Amino acid sequence: MSFDVQEYYSKLGVGDVILAFKGSITTDLINNVLEEVEAKLEDVDEEAKIRKKVYNVLVEALQNLYHHVEELPDNLKTKDNFEAKFGILVVTKINGSYKISCGNFITSEKIKFLKDKIDKINSLSRDELKDMYKFILNHQKLSAKGGGGLGLVDIARKTGNKLEYTFQHYAEDYYFFNLDVLIT
Amino acid sequence: MEPISIEGTPKTPTVKFDASNGIIEIKGRSIPENSIEFYKPLVDWLEEYAKNPMEKTTVNVQLEYFNTSSSKCILDVFKKLEAIHKAKHEVVINWYYEEDDEDMLEAGEDYESIIRVPFKMIEIVE
Repeated sequence: MSFDVQEYYSKLGVGDVILAFKGSITTDLINNVLEEVEAKLEDVDEEAKIRKKVYNVLVEALQNLYHHVEELPDNLKTKDNFEAKFGILVVTKINGSYKISCGNFITSEKIKFLKDKIDKINSLSRDELKDMYKFILNHQKLSAKGGGGLGLVDIARKTGNKLEYTFQHYAEDYYFFNLDVLIT
Repeated sequence: MEPISIEGTPKTPTVKFDASNGIIEIKGRSIPENSIEFYKPLVDWLEEYAKNPMEKTTVNVQLEYFNTSSSKCILDVFKKLEAIHKAKHEVVINWYYEEDDEDMLEAGEDYESIIRVPFKMIEIVE
């Protein structure tokens, strides 16, 4: 049985939902989400420090989605009515912490690279993360898309928390990658 | 040399580069999806400026947010400034951060440890 993205999405909305989105990850969408979340955090008078962290993580998470969303082939897209560049993003507040969940389709060949990268990040101390960040910053070129391989490292550094993830088989060679980030 | 003057947007910073007084300013937010597009003209300008810089170049960076895509481009900007400093011209980078914004202070310290130009960390107290 294949992974049910819709059901998964509906289960993410536990707690106080600040924003929930599924659909095409476009530049306009990113702009709207950032504006909306920023306004909401200001409304609830969230502490500046936390507000900035949430905003920063959100920017990186959204831009990761934007750059890495894998387009499903037409036959799969139409089966479940997925839009082009489909991704999900849910921001919730649970017990005083913010949780940002994001998800997108990827092909199986990319799983190992991504898993190794996250496991590596999760194994590092704060100082080691700083060194890793500085090394990538100084030694790796930006891709043509503008990605720098720094997004996940930055998220881990800013939150101080481990990155939680799952890869669920969807269909054929496609998996759904979900990342949960906690800002405490 | 023609100065650069760019108005800020919700995703890109206000930029003022002026060769006539040697003041270089980047302020606001820098979170575009593709930062190369935005920063390439700035890096090119500095490359040209480096050929005949002012005796002293003052750099003011006051960012509220920047994404990781911008972080590499900002490093490219600093590397051009490092070259000017290496050629025995005075360069100082003022890195402004808002009160209690430890992440932004740390980001400045990261650059300071990579780039051989004097940095001044300046906390903006409201």
